[in-house]
Amino acid sequence: MFVLPTVAAFFIGFIVPFIWGVYLSFNKFTVVNNLHFVGFKNYVTMFKEGDFGHSLWYTALFTVVSVITINVLAFLIALALCKKFHGTRLFRTIFFMPNLIGGIVLGYIWQIILNGVLVHWKVTLTTNEWYGFWGLIILMNWQQIGYMMIIYIAGIMSVPQDLIESAMIDGAGSWERLKSVIIPILRPSITICTFLTLTNGFKLFDQNLALTAGNPGKKSEMLALNIYNTFYGRVGYQGVGQAKAVIFTILVAIIAFAQLHFTRSGEEQM
Amino acid sequence: MAKNKKKNISFEPQDKPVKHGWVWTLGFGILAVLFVMPILVVVWNSFKEKSAINLTPFQLPTKATFVGLENYVRGTSQINFVAAFENTLMITVLSVILIVVCTSMCGWYIARVNSKGANFIYALFAFSMVIPFQMVMYTLSNVAQNLHLTSPLGIVIIYLGFGAGLATFMFVGFAKSIPIEIEEAAMIDGCGACGIFFRIVLPIMKPTYITVAILESMWIWNDFLLPFLVLDSDYRTIPIAIQYLKGGYGTVDWGAMMAVIVLSIIPIIIFYVICQKYIISGVVAGAVKG
Repeated sequence: MFVLPTVAAFFIGFIVPFIWGVYLSFNKFTVVNNLHFVGFKNYVTMFKEGDFGHSLWYTALFTVVSVITINVLAFLIALALCKKFHGTRLFRTIFFMPNLIGGIVLGYIWQIILNGVLVHWKVTLTTNEWYGFWGLIILMNWQQIGYMMIIYIAGIMSVPQDLIESAMIDGAGSWERLKSVIIPILRPSITICTFLTLTNGFKLFDQNLALTAGNPGKKSEMLALNIYNTFYGRVGYQGVGQAKAVIFTILVAIIAFAQLHFTRSGEEQM
Repeated sequence: MAKNKKKNISFEPQDKPVKHGWVWTLGFGILAVLFVMPILVVVWNSFKEKSAINLTPFQLPTKATFVGLENYVRGTSQINFVAAFENTLMITVLSVILIVVCTSMCGWYIARVNSKGANFIYALFAFSMVIPFQMVMYTLSNVAQNLHLTSPLGIVIIYLGFGAGLATFMFVGFAKSIPIEIEEAAMIDGCGACGIFFRIVLPIMKPTYITVAILESMWIWNDFLLPFLVLDSDYRTIPIAIQYLKGGYGTVDWGAMMAVIVLSIIPIIIFYVICQKYIISGVVAGAVKG
């Protein structure tokens, strides 16, 4: 009685679609009641066409850059806002706010702003894929810095004061204190934030759709959008889309479990 | 500012005010203004004529370009913003209530019953948290159509199913930390499973309820693709309605767009100002558990 509603909905909302999806990836179809089993053909097709490979490395590059920029900036802001000066509370509130705005809205906000800036050089976000790339980086930084900052602040606040004081008595300078006292204690926060930014970057969809919609051509299409367009933009390619989704899932799962493993072994060392 | 910050990186004990505090306040004040600038730009552009927005967004409205509330009237009527707002509000509220009620019971049960089946389901919930939506989007929308779950009421079931992973996972984590002795004592006093859950476990887990409710509502309120694929095309949520402002050939009525964006941000800001304390502590708790 306690578990039934959740488990039943979980089957409808996840288990059935998931297993069905894996099965469909081995078929060619346009509607689900007319399937032709084709084995691994969809998987071959997907890599033969260049667009999937392109969006794969475009996404990977985006994820790496956004993970680094978001975490470094969020960490620096968190450090600064843990000091005592007027307005720190207000600043935290402001920096966190963009996080509550949805991806579609964010995409259009930044489209108007960035195009308004770029017009001075007579280019737009969709002149080539790199304007869109850096546009998305700026957007994601704006959205996520506040969120990660909150997690880092909570971590920094939990650092025992006497530990810092004793490090000072031992003559540790501020850089040494940061490197040898604060950062090791903050390891769990760093892991969480890296994990969140990593998966957010990899799975990004709404912001990509609203900011550039993959333009020019399909050049700024990230993985999630590429899969969506394969499904709903090309008749007869649903099987290929589903196969791409399976590969995408495997990649995300590998990243998640690698990170989890890395965290666990790291914690055991401490 | 950025250079200045890098040089001064340090970690002083928190009870001592920093030297030259006003410099920090000023620096961060400027940074904060820059940070909210994108929203301010959208606000003033929402009062400008649509031809004056696209290429010169940084100009304040002038006498020639000021159009009053015209964009708001056009934008809200074009996409029926009021209906979209009602749909979004209803879907979010009902889904969040259903999720916290069902998954808290489920999570408590899994935490207390240490059977193989319960552990297996728990592993499945954890697994579902990492799966990207694209994996199931096509089949999920088919399932929803076959089961007639394509109305704003039906989609609530879908949200319970797809959101169950994270919510149950968090409730299990918290329920495990409740000392079992309290429940055993209640059982000896003749309290049934229902009584134990509603009278003892539920009040203790209140903070987790708030955390889960906040994380789930932040997700559902802003979700675009799931409702876009699952809901009948007569029903739109706010993100779907905004996406519809982009015409078939990629042309955007920027006047209407700016106005609708402002309208969609206002409720979020009100919600944030009222629940700020809970949101921030919810995010922290969610990050630690997740």
